[in-house]
Amino acid sequence: MATITDNKARFGILVFPGTWSDGDCHSAVRDALGEDAAFVFHKETDLSRFDCVVLPGGFSYGDYLRPGAIARFSPVMQAVSRFAEQGGLVIGICNGFQILCESGLLPGALMRNNHLEFRCQQTYLRVEQAKAPFTSRAAAGQVLAIPISHGDGNYYADDATLARLEANGQILFRYATADGQVTPEANPNGSRGNIAGIVNERGNVLGMMPHPERAVEALVGGTDGLVIFRSIADAIRSRAAAPHH
Amino acid sequence: MPVSQETLDQIALTRAEYDMIVEKLEREPNTVELGLFGALWSEHCGYKHSRPLLRSFPTTGASVQVAAGQENAGVVDIGDGLSVVFKIESHNHPSAVEPYQGAATGVGGIIRDILAMGARPIALLNSLRFGPLSEPRNKFLFQGVVSGISGYGNCVGIPDVGGEIQFAPAYSGNPLVNAMCVGLLPQGALVRSRASTPGNTLMLVGSGTGRDGIHGASGLASRSFEEEREMRPTVQVGDPFLEKVLIEACLEAARSGHLEGMQDLGAAGLTSAAMESAQRSGSGVRIDVSRVPRREPGMSPYEVMLSESQERMLLIVKQGHEEEIRELFEKWDLRAVAIGTVTGDGVGRILDGDEPVAEVRIDTLVEAPTYRPPAQRPSYLARLHAAVPPTPPPDRIGGSLLKRLLASPNIASKRMVYRQYDHEVQTNTVVKPGQGDAAVLRLRGTKKGLAVAVDGNGRHVHLEPYAGGAMAVAEACRNVVCAGATPVAVTDCLNFGNPRKPEVYYQLQQAIEGMAAMCRALGIPVVSGNVSLYNESQGKAIYPTPIVGAVGVLQQAEQRLTAGFAAEGDVVLLLGAAALRGEDADLSGSEFLAHLHNQVIGRPSIDMEAEARLQRLVTGLAQDGLLRSAHDCSDGGLAVAIVECSMLGNVGFTAEASLSGRWDAALFGERPSRVVVSASPERAAEVLRRAHDAGVPALRLGVTGGANVRFPGLIDEPIASLVDAYDNGLERALNA
Repeated sequence: MATITDNKARFGILVFPGTWSDGDCHSAVRDALGEDAAFVFHKETDLSRFDCVVLPGGFSYGDYLRPGAIARFSPVMQAVSRFAEQGGLVIGICNGFQILCESGLLPGALMRNNHLEFRCQQTYLRVEQAKAPFTSRAAAGQVLAIPISHGDGNYYADDATLARLEANGQILFRYATADGQVTPEANPNGSRGNIAGIVNERGNVLGMMPHPERAVEALVGGTDGLVIFRSIADAIRSRAAAPHH
Repeated sequence: MPVSQETLDQIALTRAEYDMIVEKLEREPNTVELGLFGALWSEHCGYKHSRPLLRSFPTTGASVQVAAGQENAGVVDIGDGLSVVFKIESHNHPSAVEPYQGAATGVGGIIRDILAMGARPIALLNSLRFGPLSEPRNKFLFQGVVSGISGYGNCVGIPDVGGEIQFAPAYSGNPLVNAMCVGLLPQGALVRSRASTPGNTLMLVGSGTGRDGIHGASGLASRSFEEEREMRPTVQVGDPFLEKVLIEACLEAARSGHLEGMQDLGAAGLTSAAMESAQRSGSGVRIDVSRVPRREPGMSPYEVMLSESQERMLLIVKQGHEEEIRELFEKWDLRAVAIGTVTGDGVGRILDGDEPVAEVRIDTLVEAPTYRPPAQRPSYLARLHAAVPPTPPPDRIGGSLLKRLLASPNIASKRMVYRQYDHEVQTNTVVKPGQGDAAVLRLRGTKKGLAVAVDGNGRHVHLEPYAGGAMAVAEACRNVVCAGATPVAVTDCLNFGNPRKPEVYYQLQQAIEGMAAMCRALGIPVVSGNVSLYNESQGKAIYPTPIVGAVGVLQQAEQRLTAGFAAEGDVVLLLGAAALRGEDADLSGSEFLAHLHNQVIGRPSIDMEAEARLQRLVTGLAQDGLLRSAHDCSDGGLAVAIVECSMLGNVGFTAEASLSGRWDAALFGERPSRVVVSASPERAAEVLRRAHDAGVPALRLGVTGGANVRFPGLIDEPIASLVDAYDNGLERALNA
């Protein structure tokens, strides 16, 4: 892992052909969060200079075959796997979540929305687990207003996997009503258990369909997404401060 | 050998035009040459029936850096080192044949128009017209078009921030799909579509060239057609992923300093891109079609030159920099192939390897003949103007009429459509679809905002082309004014029938004159546009439908206004009218008459100077922070406008002003040049005073508060029941 030298956490924003939230993630990190961000082209193979790697939204490789199915073979994804194995923080947003599932870094799969339409709308996420590194700034049960924009966000995992996710506390966000009720009406895509975001078993890789980078400014989309980015920055700082890291 | 009528029909040229070509060439054209003429002399590329009329539009202004016509679109300086470019274009005919791909490639095409200027596309809008949803074919077209816009637009990473949709029988079988793109240019980044320096290299980038879309410009877009389904092979197929990569690569190329020019390949493909770039510079081009990367084997030079395969751009690369450009595109896994050179002799030469296949002077090719056919005022007008609206319905059914109107697909919420479009990517969208009359984008690195809207009302133009044209410009601009912006320029898409019919030509001519007059009254230029003629099916023309896209600037994006009432106890004012008096004339062309009485009658009119005063007043009030909300009075009239403000703000309203005359006309009439605003009680008097000073009639309408919308004695409805009608109207019509 990189170490913080100038007091700023370093975020690497991956750019696949067809990625379109790269710029949004970059400015969310740089302008709203006040940390450092750099773009990483899909042909690169070294991520060691970063504290956190972001897989942004978009249609990598046109989502041909299946969303994320081609991106998983790009050179940078091997580096992402190594980065995650070494404990680095990885956040996959929307198409990034799909790529992480296709790569096997997260369990389950994202299917076509159950109503078969694309959805761009506000959603409310109930924070199921308030813990480092992604949600330490939230309280369990808190509701975050963060929008979605996807056609394939219908999270599926088999019963055994779902039970394991539950038992390990790997489900971080569920779609809910504005007052925090997890109901079928609040589910925008048919996800099992209203799942909007999960982490891997180790807890250092997050995948979520909603776009926190779209909710980092009061003027545009509100600021609830900052809760996630600030939690990540906190985690990076505390790691840097840890004596044996 | 004389050319056959069949050949001429295929490329939509007349015998007289063919003779003109022979005269100019001083010989018979060969097949390839005839194909080039067919494409560039098509109505779609050559503007044969509209060019003389379009000269009426004002195109210059203090902030116009490049005027319409000189480039793909005009360029408007908006300060802070930024300019905007924007354009609207139709893809009606392809969408009638194959709605998904027709709409998708319409979006792709307009993006490349903006990209060709070196601008980053920052917003998409669209304006759609369909026949009634009660007909299965119209449902199919509606769903296909919306899916196509969604499927393409969402993939390219440009927010689709606004638009409008109307349904009327006149559009059955001939839907309108107009797509607008707005781009942002840092000063100095403008790339011209020029090929001026002999020796520079033409490089084709992006997709391979296939047989799709041949004769799209001449065959599909430039004449009426009944056998729609037979035309399907002339519709192109889009690949939005390639477009997204092409955007990034072309913007990088534009910044590299290696380009002399850039041009998109749209209608008539390589032919129009190369010839028009050369024509703008008075130069020539030599193209070797054997070097054009193909999608399929065995294509003839004719097919290569006329293919409308999507996602291709032509770069004019400075001599000696070809390798840098090739490498730049390779980084994005795209091909950039040298296919020709710029020459100095004004001739377009097409070769297939060493063999010459066409040689034509470019000025001859690009200057299509123009026509001013006879115009005749439509005979139906006198009858429709004289028709009187039915007597007002009993006032006790006011509430139920209001709900029926709110549920009309023309008025009901379009949420089920815009939630399928990504309207937030690039994270600049401050006012989102459904929140106000215009979308507002903030401009990063400045305090400014950009308000954008499209509008047009074919019914009004049908009833009085001159006034209707003026009203289209007025309403599009009023929309951006209601967001608190100052309109800076407009773009227009003119959708009309067959111009060789005198009544249609009259509509075109008069609508353009009305639009031009309104632009002059507002002091804003037309910076770009597109003309789509021959919109007819079964021999019947659509409503004459000019669609206007307006762009306005807010000095402070934070001062943007939305339509929703902001708080309880605010004062609601009507700007643009001094009393709530309803007359027959107010119902002219109204949704009330069309939807509830199945009548399209009356004579719409507009006072252009009054409109200009109103718009200046509202912008000024917004800039000075005196207003809490603003909403244009449009389809459905005052009552619908008030209900929309109440639903958006979830605050009720009680009218205080008294009504006189026809109550239905007072509440549902669509007299233009009126805006509903709200202000805090302390500021209401100042708003009225400023209106008075500005010479704008104004009226205190009532106050906000409670859970009902109330016009005492006429309407008293809980917001929730209005929301039900409004939110579900479109979906219910679709599923009926």
